[in-house]
Amino acid sequence: MRSLRPKQEEDRDLAPLADGGLGAGVAQAAQRSPVAISRAQIRRPDRRDRKQRAIANSILVLLGIGFLTPMIWLIDAAFSTHASSALSAPSLTFANFGKTISEGAGGAIGNSLYLGIVSTVIATVVSILAGYALSRHRVPLKAFFLLSVLFLSALPFQLLLIPIYEIYVHLGWLNSPFYTSVALAANSVPFAIWLLKNFIDQVPREFEEAAAIEGAGSVRILWKVVVPLAMPGILVASILTFINAWGAFLLPLVIDTNPADTPAAIGIYSNILADAQIQYGPLAAYAILFSIPVIVLYLVCTRWLHGGFAFAGGVKG
Amino acid sequence: MSADLAHRARRWRPASAGPGKLRPTTTLWMFPATILMVGLFVAPIGYAIYLGFTNIELLGPHAQVYNFTGLANFDRMIHDPEFWSSVKLTLIFVVVSGIIAQTIVGMALALLGQRANITFRATVGSVVVLAWVLPEVAVAFLWYAFSQAGGPLSEIIRRPHDDLLSTVPFLIVCVANLWRGTAFSMLILSAGLRSVPSEVDEAAQMEGAGYWRRLFKVTLPIMRPTIVTNMLLITIGTISDFTLVYAMTGGGPGTATAILPVYMYIEAFTYNALAYGTAIALALMAIGALISVLYIHQLRPELRKAQ
Repeated sequence: MRSLRPKQEEDRDLAPLADGGLGAGVAQAAQRSPVAISRAQIRRPDRRDRKQRAIANSILVLLGIGFLTPMIWLIDAAFSTHASSALSAPSLTFANFGKTISEGAGGAIGNSLYLGIVSTVIATVVSILAGYALSRHRVPLKAFFLLSVLFLSALPFQLLLIPIYEIYVHLGWLNSPFYTSVALAANSVPFAIWLLKNFIDQVPREFEEAAAIEGAGSVRILWKVVVPLAMPGILVASILTFINAWGAFLLPLVIDTNPADTPAAIGIYSNILADAQIQYGPLAAYAILFSIPVIVLYLVCTRWLHGGFAFAGGVKG
Repeated sequence: MSADLAHRARRWRPASAGPGKLRPTTTLWMFPATILMVGLFVAPIGYAIYLGFTNIELLGPHAQVYNFTGLANFDRMIHDPEFWSSVKLTLIFVVVSGIIAQTIVGMALALLGQRANITFRATVGSVVVLAWVLPEVAVAFLWYAFSQAGGPLSEIIRRPHDDLLSTVPFLIVCVANLWRGTAFSMLILSAGLRSVPSEVDEAAQMEGAGYWRRLFKVTLPIMRPTIVTNMLLITIGTISDFTLVYAMTGGGPGTATAILPVYMYIEAFTYNALAYGTAIALALMAIGALISVLYIHQLRPELRKAQ
């Protein structure tokens, strides 16, 4: 699917800022066309311009250092044997990682993985079906449905927390990783439906018509034609669902209090609660282990998003 | 054979092209999503409105058998000084550390990125985005450790013996929120900045307008819809934020950082008062809805133009 990305976007990845902004350089513009030369003359790329650029660079770097400093502490603590809340000389040891895994981080990350995968599978399947039906079929009350989807994805989650807890008490679904995943999936479904419906709207219908004439049934058309074509959108929706479930804190805190089911988010929190006895080194390692999958998925996601809407070339003009 | 093909082609109909019949597959495919959304969104909303008017508790006799108590919870709320201090904290948290600070810093990063070299823009952009991508609990731990006595932050401000989460807890929580949330504004606003036609700016430049004048009189007014939308999205994201604050401070010391979501959790699940917690959640939703209406009111000229 990577080939779907337009060539000129090959160099963009983590920083969506990296592509040419408005003031993409007077010199480049001047090479392009005579009009641009006259613009360049208006701009006067003189010493004052260069000075402004230097000022912009330095303020930007200062802000960047401000954002970077807390992260440096985290990395420093994770790799240092005598980590405290203060900065110390890192000793490049992986001992903290080994220690935190043997003290329960491994199992908790496994639990997070379970919540993430199960809720992603549920939410993705449900949203593909609904998104396709909303995009292609006549659905009664479609406009109302879509509006409620939008409204629900903006609702403060706290409002649902206590009722969901009560419903789970009545159904006997408390302390079950599976039903916790169902609740997490439901939490992502409105946004995923909205995203996939809009994405499938962009998929050309011609492929489906061709498949229908060949005699394919609707399930086959969805599975063999629509799903592959909408794959970038499906991946984005499922990655966002996974990230949401992976980091989920409040819902598991309330509806699954079984210590064996503790996901990593709550594991880290209970380590913070130890307060004076905090072991900064292993806990920093724990936080890094917990963050890496999300960072990787975000990188993947930005790649897919850039290539996302580039499949129009499949239809003959 | 060809008649069969023609028949199939006729039978297959791109449904939204016309008001065709409701197909059984449509019902089937909408079913799971409808069940999930009715079961875990619509029913809970209705249930929440009901529970807010009862005396249900987490444990004890009122956990099983509870009654309708009318406006008792809301009466208690109006006379609860901790509730009002929580509302005040929430508004500061959302408006100052969310809407104002994140828009200004995000806009500054977007504007500086426009003028700076591509290397600096890409590097600083990545760092800011990384702060946003990290899981909330990791960010909470990061800032918890960062602001301990003897931690890097206390060294930077030269007061190494201050535990900043005890002396200025709410300020630290707000800074952490700004640190985490700015990337979103930066991404949205720099995309908005890129869509401002350069001809307009150049025309103003030919008229002799300086940088700041062009920024405030040309660029920002064109970007108004983007800025307002961004503020709305920040509000929706910040008003229900629980994890960052609760994992850092637990709402304390005392109730110094108990924004409404945290106060609601503490009332419901620490102090047993599920019904009162639900009433607080309803108040939270009302505040969120009120702010959203203000934004939509602001966007009305643009919405009318779009129609």
